[in-house]
Amino acid sequence: MDSAEELVAMVADCRVAERRIAIMGHGSKPRRVAWGHETGVEELSTRAHSGILEYRPEELVITAQSGTPLAELADAVAAQGQLLPFDPPRFGGEGTLGGAIASGLSGPARPWRGSIHDAVLGVELINGLGERLRFGGSVMKNVAGYDVSRLVVGSLGSLGVVLSASVRVLPAPAAEETVCTRCSASEADVRVRCWARRPLPITGTCYVDGTLSIRLSGGPAAIEPAKVDIAVDESGDAGIWEAVRDRAHPFFGRNDVITRLSLPRGARFDDDDALIEWGGTQAWIAGEPRSLAANVYAETFRRDGDGWTTSRPPVDGTVAKYVERVRHAFDPDGVFVGAGSG
Amino acid sequence: MSDTGVLDRLRAALPAQGLITDRQAVRPFETDGLTAIRERPWAVALPETVDQVRAVLRICREGEVPVVTRGAGTGLSGGARPLKDGVLLTLTKMRGIKEIDVDACTATVEPGITNLAISQAVAEHGLFYAPDPSSQIACSIGGNVAENSGGVHCLKYGLTVHNVLGLRVETYEGDELVLGGKGVDVLGVDLLYAIIGSEGMLGVVTEVTVKLLPLPVCKHVLLGAFDTVETAGDAVGAIIAEGIVPAGLEMMDNPAIRAAEDFANAGYPRDAAAILLCELDGTEAQVATDALRVREVLESRGAEVTSAADAATQEQLWKGRKSAFPAMGRIAPDYYCMDGTIPRGELGRVLGDIGRLADEYGLRVANVFHAGDGNLHPLILFDANQPGELERAEALGGRILSRCVQAGGTVTGEHGVGVEKLDAMCEQFDAAELAQFHRLKAAFDPAGRMNPGKAIPTLARCSELGGMHVHAGKLPHPELERF
Ligand SMILES: Cc1cc2nc3c(=O)[nH]c(=O)nc-3n(C[C@H](O)[C@H](O)[C@H](O)COP(=O)(O)OP(=O)(O)OC[C@H]3O[C@@H](n4cnc5c(N)ncnc54)[C@H](O)[C@@H]3O)c2cc1C
Repeated sequence: MDSAEELVAMVADCRVAERRIAIMGHGSKPRRVAWGHETGVEELSTRAHSGILEYRPEELVITAQSGTPLAELADAVAAQGQLLPFDPPRFGGEGTLGGAIASGLSGPARPWRGSIHDAVLGVELINGLGERLRFGGSVMKNVAGYDVSRLVVGSLGSLGVVLSASVRVLPAPAAEETVCTRCSASEADVRVRCWARRPLPITGTCYVDGTLSIRLSGGPAAIEPAKVDIAVDESGDAGIWEAVRDRAHPFFGRNDVITRLSLPRGARFDDDDALIEWGGTQAWIAGEPRSLAANVYAETFRRDGDGWTTSRPPVDGTVAKYVERVRHAFDPDGVFVGAGSG
Repeated sequence: MSDTGVLDRLRAALPAQGLITDRQAVRPFETDGLTAIRERPWAVALPETVDQVRAVLRICREGEVPVVTRGAGTGLSGGARPLKDGVLLTLTKMRGIKEIDVDACTATVEPGITNLAISQAVAEHGLFYAPDPSSQIACSIGGNVAENSGGVHCLKYGLTVHNVLGLRVETYEGDELVLGGKGVDVLGVDLLYAIIGSEGMLGVVTEVTVKLLPLPVCKHVLLGAFDTVETAGDAVGAIIAEGIVPAGLEMMDNPAIRAAEDFANAGYPRDAAAILLCELDGTEAQVATDALRVREVLESRGAEVTSAADAATQEQLWKGRKSAFPAMGRIAPDYYCMDGTIPRGELGRVLGDIGRLADEYGLRVANVFHAGDGNLHPLILFDANQPGELERAEALGGRILSRCVQAGGTVTGEHGVGVEKLDAMCEQFDAAELAQFHRLKAAFDPAGRMNPGKAIPTLARCSELGGMHVHAGKLPHPELERF
């Protein structure tokens, strides 16, 4: 029996035995979810189900099993002069493709190179009935059937076990440079929003501790004029992008309670004590927000040993009703622990 | 409730002239862009507000009447094909722009607005809405969402799904779903991705928030003429392998080149076996370097290259491509447009096979398509007045789609399944996958009255076809009628 068949068998067995399953990637995700308190929950690890299945660089697609470490994927595409556009966080240097898909997290280039939702082209999935299903594929354009591959992204394992996935990759830029300038959050906010309306080769912005860092990517021919254009040319710390992506930046170490704010595009946000990235659409603040503006989504993390627990705001009631029905459509007997529904 | 009761209530809920039931007056609505399939709707409802949409859904729900949503009716797979006992909910009167937020680079619009009207409305701010289906002067943004439409520029800018941030959806049950927004990243199952590309099966989209991009400062268009279709196909992969992502990368084969040239005088080389049109955009310096590299790739594969840096010449080069579809009307009474997608690396091989299949069926095929995405649009030329030709064209179409699936691709890249590709779906998906799709549909529409019978074939239909999911072979009974 190959590792996929073992996973299928486990889901089928648990369904019959009315035992519930919590899906784990590398267990690197900085959250402990509710199943810790439940009994009779089995942990299903995709770790052994690892390996790149197909990678043809000229197709701009890589297909891999869900347990494949993100580092292995990133190295494989880098060797061909390409990159993973959604650049998922690798907490503690770990993390798997399946975990990245289930948690739906994207890295510092998200507003420019797209989210992990944007990159996923196809998945193979075990649903709650223990069926092995394929949706989407490895081509860029595919509208046959509902877009289940993208629906699975961010579902935190509540719809099924992702066995493998095809994701879009992009050519890596010929050159990349990080520049920085010291300014107030308010000044940074104004400048970043003004740049968003212009065709500039920006692939990252991060404001923290009074410094605004900007990543420029492209041919050298594009970068030099862009520095003049944005009037920033002091050389910055190129390591900041990875540090922020993996929550390893000192900012995250300073606090035991941190809130991630997802801000509407174009909204003003100028808290000098926050870490503000994604062209001003994602911010991290210490503690819990006192009040929230309309359309702002907040997720609070609390340090818990060497990981974090998280509390998310409830989803709008009507939407929650349909999310629950969708979950039921994939997992009628409730085999998978519903980390996605809270 | 009696049928007239439903009609009376609909009439009362809609503005004057907002309900059409006259048998002649409903005729313009009997088909979408797939004109081979026609059905006169029982009634056409033309609401002007979301409240009226809700009222139509409520009245239909209470009267147990099925609803088919229609945008501009340019769909090519019969997705908006009406039902003779159903209401055709047509949204062309809801075409307003609710908000243009220049700071956020977003526009929030009503579903019936045309794709092009959005870009036109925001051009004064130096912005545009990227997905540009060739039908963009006519097709509606609601239809684009339902089909997850692409266009000439999706290689670089993505499909509708990559450019829509938020939706408002009314379900048949009477709920309103507010999904996404101005780029807010929420966690958990995101129903936005269930709705985009769902072909009007899950609900009615009544509001769309789209992402706007800054207009590129500089464009450059290159045309490469090739001696063989295969080398043109290989050049596509080679450009990508160079690390260049063109804004558009389109290919035409000789029959398409000739037809377009006769029609539009774009200056295409009539004897070339294939041409590639490559558009680059970005900053001036970047475009200049990329243009040099693309020229090298094309020339190293024996292509003769013309290039256009000024807007007038660029437009001239695009003219032929853009008029390719109408041009077909001149060389054949009818054409049938296929829409399979394959991995780029398979282009040369699959195009060769399509030529051989066409010979086998005694029909001509012209190819004009989104090469950069591997999205084929073989146009099967035929004459419906010749007995048996339509059936032959359909059978050939089925074989071409099988070939796409076999090459690791899909039966539809951007036109959707509708009613047209139901049989082909039996080949791409197995019974458990189709059952999963049906359960997902039921999560949104338990009564099964939103656009019933479209997009996903019943298991019975597939087993009647004599087997399902034939991965590496041909359709079990190609001689069977496909509708
Ligand atoms: C000449 C020509 C060229 C084309 N070129 C392209 C191309 O380059 N790329 C491409 O992708 N397509 C292309 N198309 C196909 C077509 O234009 C697209 O599929 C378009 O998105 C359909 O929009 P519409 O408003 O006409 O939708 P319709 O045809 O009216 O409807 C299409 C489907 O969407 C559903 N629908 C419509 N509005 C809504 C709504 N508000 N809520 C829920 N469901 C809804 C309908 O029920 C139906 O299933 C082309 C068509 C033609 C005729």
